[in-house]
Amino acid sequence: MPEELDAIQAVADDLVHLRSHPAPSPVEEHGSVYDGLLGGDPSHWAFGTDFEDPLAGVDTAIPDGVDPRQLATYCLMLADDALVASQRLGQWCSRAPDLEEDIALSNMALDLLGQARLLLARAAAADPGVVPPLPAGSPVPPEDALAFFRPDGAFRNVRLVELDNGDFAVTTVKQLLLSSVRLAVFERLRDSRDHVLAAVAAKGVNELTYHRDYAARWFVTLAQGTPESRRRLDAAVAHVWPFFAELLLGEPVEVALAAAGVGVDPATVRDDVTAVLGQVLTAAGVEEPSPAPLAGGQGRRGRDGVHAEALSLLLAEMQVVARAHPMGQW
Amino acid sequence: MTGAARTLGRRPGVAPKLAAVVQSRPDVEQLRERARLLAARVTDPEMPMLTLADLGVLRSVEVTEKRRVVVTITPTYMGCPAMATMRDDLLRVLQEGGLEATVRVSLSPAWSSDWITERGRRALAAHGLSAPGPAPARGGSVPLTLQPTVRRVRCPRCACDDVELTSEFGATACKALYRCTRCREPFEHVKEI
Ligand SMILES: [Zn+2]
Repeated sequence: MPEELDAIQAVADDLVHLRSHPAPSPVEEHGSVYDGLLGGDPSHWAFGTDFEDPLAGVDTAIPDGVDPRQLATYCLMLADDALVASQRLGQWCSRAPDLEEDIALSNMALDLLGQARLLLARAAAADPGVVPPLPAGSPVPPEDALAFFRPDGAFRNVRLVELDNGDFAVTTVKQLLLSSVRLAVFERLRDSRDHVLAAVAAKGVNELTYHRDYAARWFVTLAQGTPESRRRLDAAVAHVWPFFAELLLGEPVEVALAAAGVGVDPATVRDDVTAVLGQVLTAAGVEEPSPAPLAGGQGRRGRDGVHAEALSLLLAEMQVVARAHPMGQW
Repeated sequence: MTGAARTLGRRPGVAPKLAAVVQSRPDVEQLRERARLLAARVTDPEMPMLTLADLGVLRSVEVTEKRRVVVTITPTYMGCPAMATMRDDLLRVLQEGGLEATVRVSLSPAWSSDWITERGRRALAAHGLSAPGPAPARGGSVPLTLQPTVRRVRCPRCACDDVELTSEFGATACKALYRCTRCREPFEHVKEI
């Protein structure tokens, strides 16, 4: 036994002295594959993972008759649903039931992150007042400030997306409900008078079509699979469905912007969503659940910033590095 | 006109800009042509057998009054992590050609796999990737598809059409994974979108 420990220690000592990869040699003509990482281009790092302005080249004028503050709030609602759902899906990375699902869930996370980024940038462009203040000289762009420096109470996502991942069945049910509603909303949002929302929706429809089909197929597969997969799906439906009603409630901001031809009142997509879910439930042989809607504190809900502890924990993990380094240097 | 310029001109939304070229000054036109040729050389970081022009990601190359080159690209998917690399590659190639350029992103109209050129499709096949079929019609309500997506896909290696879908998502969002039942090789199919 001591010999084994010695051997392990020897390997550990070697590892400590070994660099994870050799530094590029300045005399070597072609350098190393890591050279690019050492360049001065900030676009490869946090805070500016892409273009300085993700909306460069897009018409960001506020449509006539629209209150910029309301538009910003509406964009935050759509953005936060996507951002929180993306973070949850990202937590599956390397933990999914098999490699195909791992890649699928990560790809959907990436799609939603892309939607969130543009929508957060749109919120900031519509009303800079929504962006949390940062120290002077901070390189953090507005969309990152909104993602990483807002407290949980300022997040306007529905509570369904913040629910813990649970098992694969819970994630499947969450994804089915979210993507069904979001796709129906985006189908209509393509006609928005706001150019950014219309563009994000047009692209998002293509992405969400895959997300909804993916979740719906797995819903049916789990329901019609083994007794164990059925048991888990039934438990997931009972657990997640109470959070569904909130997705179809039109908040005053959503109703006002829908009236202005800029947003979509989710209450108006109820029939479409019910029809789609009906198809899935029928194919799965699962009875439509009719849970009592979730109580919100004095009628306040996720859109008002009322969240479960799960969101605080998720944000703590997501935001900790950014908050520790608001100047983007370490 | 070069092949690349013809390709650009075929795409929706780009043709009117090309019409404006005719009236512009000859030196600006020359500069634009040079920039267009350089930009048309840049390849996709994740599918290097394809140029950005052949992928349909390169939407336009313009020259401003101040003789600055403005290149417009569109993401295949909104969360496409390769956009920064594409931007950097375009800037580098143009800079090496002595041109100062700005790269802009255009979100609308959304990218469609229909914009992949014939040359691009041949390049995909030559590299073992299956090219996308016609993109689904846009607009209106999207129907739910509970059965796996049925595509007319042929194995890029042995041309067998008896293939099975392994995963709707490949290494990148724009590709699905298939397996040929005859030669038993896995291959990637660029998705219709
Ligand atoms: Zn084959």
